[in-house]
Amino acid sequence: MIPDVRGYLRENRMPHILCPGCGHGIVLGALLRAVHALGIPQDRLAVVAGIGCSSRLAGYVDACTLHTTHGRALAFAAGLKLARPELVVIVLTGDGDGLSIGGNHLIHAARRNVDLTCILFNNAVYGMTGGQVAPTTQPGWVASTAPYGHPEPAFDGCALVQGAGGTFVARSMAYDPRGLQAILTEALEHRGFSYVEVLTDCPVYFGRYNRLGEGPELLWSQKARFGEVGQMLRDKRFVTPDGTAPAGRVEGLRFGILHRAERPEFTHVCWSQVRRGGDP
Amino acid sequence: MARLRLVRGNTACAYGALSAGCRFYAGYPITPSSEVAEEMARLLPRVGGVFVQMEDEIASLAACIGASLGGLRSMTATSGPGFTLMQEHLGYAALAEIPCVVVDVMRLGPSTGFPTAPAQGDVLQARWGSHGDYPMVVLAPAGVQEVFELTAAAFEVADRLRTPVVVLYDEVVGHMMEPATLPDLSELVASGTWRRPSPPVQGTYLPYAYSEGTPPPLVSFGEGTRYHITGLIHDESGFPTQDPGKVGEMLRRLNEKVPEVPADQLHPEGVATEDAEVVVVAYGITARAARAAVRQARELGVRAGLFRPRVLWPSPATALRELSGRVGMFVVAEMNFGQWAREVERLVGRWAEVVTVNQVDGTPLSPRTILERVLEVSSPVPSTAAGRRIS
Repeated sequence: MIPDVRGYLRENRMPHILCPGCGHGIVLGALLRAVHALGIPQDRLAVVAGIGCSSRLAGYVDACTLHTTHGRALAFAAGLKLARPELVVIVLTGDGDGLSIGGNHLIHAARRNVDLTCILFNNAVYGMTGGQVAPTTQPGWVASTAPYGHPEPAFDGCALVQGAGGTFVARSMAYDPRGLQAILTEALEHRGFSYVEVLTDCPVYFGRYNRLGEGPELLWSQKARFGEVGQMLRDKRFVTPDGTAPAGRVEGLRFGILHRAERPEFTHVCWSQVRRGGDP
Repeated sequence: MARLRLVRGNTACAYGALSAGCRFYAGYPITPSSEVAEEMARLLPRVGGVFVQMEDEIASLAACIGASLGGLRSMTATSGPGFTLMQEHLGYAALAEIPCVVVDVMRLGPSTGFPTAPAQGDVLQARWGSHGDYPMVVLAPAGVQEVFELTAAAFEVADRLRTPVVVLYDEVVGHMMEPATLPDLSELVASGTWRRPSPPVQGTYLPYAYSEGTPPPLVSFGEGTRYHITGLIHDESGFPTQDPGKVGEMLRRLNEKVPEVPADQLHPEGVATEDAEVVVVAYGITARAARAAVRQARELGVRAGLFRPRVLWPSPATALRELSGRVGMFVVAEMNFGQWAREVERLVGRWAEVVTVNQVDGTPLSPRTILERVLEVSSPVPSTAAGRRIS
């Protein structure tokens, strides 16, 4: 039974701006179900977002919501979390927002280990501006600014965040909302910087330019490519029988909870210094 | 007990912020402002506040805005190159109407420029550096005590008008040491961690529902009131709108909300302007040199005066226009090629002559240079005085 999480939505803001076939709504649904399952009160919830299609989702969540500037949501969120450590702060960002213009803020939020849950929507394209290449666009794929095939390699956001010191790193996909919800629940419970990259789809630009079909076809292709991993996530098999964390690797991308570590959390360390009155 | 101490302008800035209840600082090191960050890093944890050195100036102001929304009075300090990076979020804070204080200790630009040298080249950037039309409050202290006072005032203005306030001074004011009366740390500790009072909200909170020209008090995030803030043009509820009527109305209100004199202690200072025929207009360290130049001109028999704005933006139009009713000549002295002089010319140019004295070489304007310009443009002085040497 899927719980009704409409109470977490600002239904008076509907209809939303997302295109038909967009996978972002599936991700938001999984997130709200995870928030609901954990019993996080709406008054303790803050959602901070940058610029782009995925970042516009913040406005539909009935919480304290902050729609910021392009790429900078994590910096705003760090300030908010420092001022209000009791808030659960979720950051919504896209692949262009978080990995291109906001790449610097992403690695430093990970290094500081600020207790934020950062959800990066990876649809491999800049949707809001009309289908340009993103730092996650694979070489050869077509975009409005790569009409002859993208000449650059793509970022692996999870590897980047893990390298920068993030203490919870996972990747999931819109095709598998139950597995995604399970991962997001773990991410929200983690104390420290959690990064969850979610493959979603953009039929209007990415799918059309690359002749991959509409929304359903794009989601089905996720299943075809990642189905086995998705089943592991749905079964909450975050750790393989031999004890290794990565749940699987498909076409160069690893899926599942890829990294988990315990390190002092930034806001806790800062306020501990304050409580000691500055004594080291 | 507050006591007299010999400190730098940048130290006084930190104390001014703390005495106003600032309990959050996010910044990025840059000459000649770094001492502000160092003082805040040392003092904030001792008075119940948080310091964080961010990855760049863009993130610094973003963190300040986030913390301000969380209820803490927040500040960052920087210099020209960092101030340029902060323009993105100065525009955001202005539109989203979130209070914060940005200190810009001016060095010689453009670009990396001459990092250790004083200048006043950020005056127009402080007003117009971000895109679009938005209000901006820019305060210009001219000495160490005044850095303390105006930094403190900046927080009060920022909160009341829900807008970013820039405290703008030059490298000399930031680094020179003067006696200033500053509070003791124990007083600051006693005041505790300041939190923005968040009045209970009846019904739906409309964060942009103006009354009598000002926005409603900001309710902090986490106080049980859920609402939305965006850098998109929004209506009274805070949600985006594309309705031309609402867009136009919102921007008109925004751009009209800052009064010419944003607080009582921010009136411009006039020195010997009552009978003046020539008035030197200067701010920051240049005003100190101008004060000496005016005194020397008087000794030479020239009826000179000084007009010193404490607020550069919004410009003190009423005071300047009032003065132009009796003064025919304005000499605007600046360490730039005439940035604020354009504003003086705009305000009084129809009624008085406006000339400039500029120096952009990494050294402060001297009283002598300003005096020479005053003598050059003033009517011939009586022969008894004209024979005296310029001291």
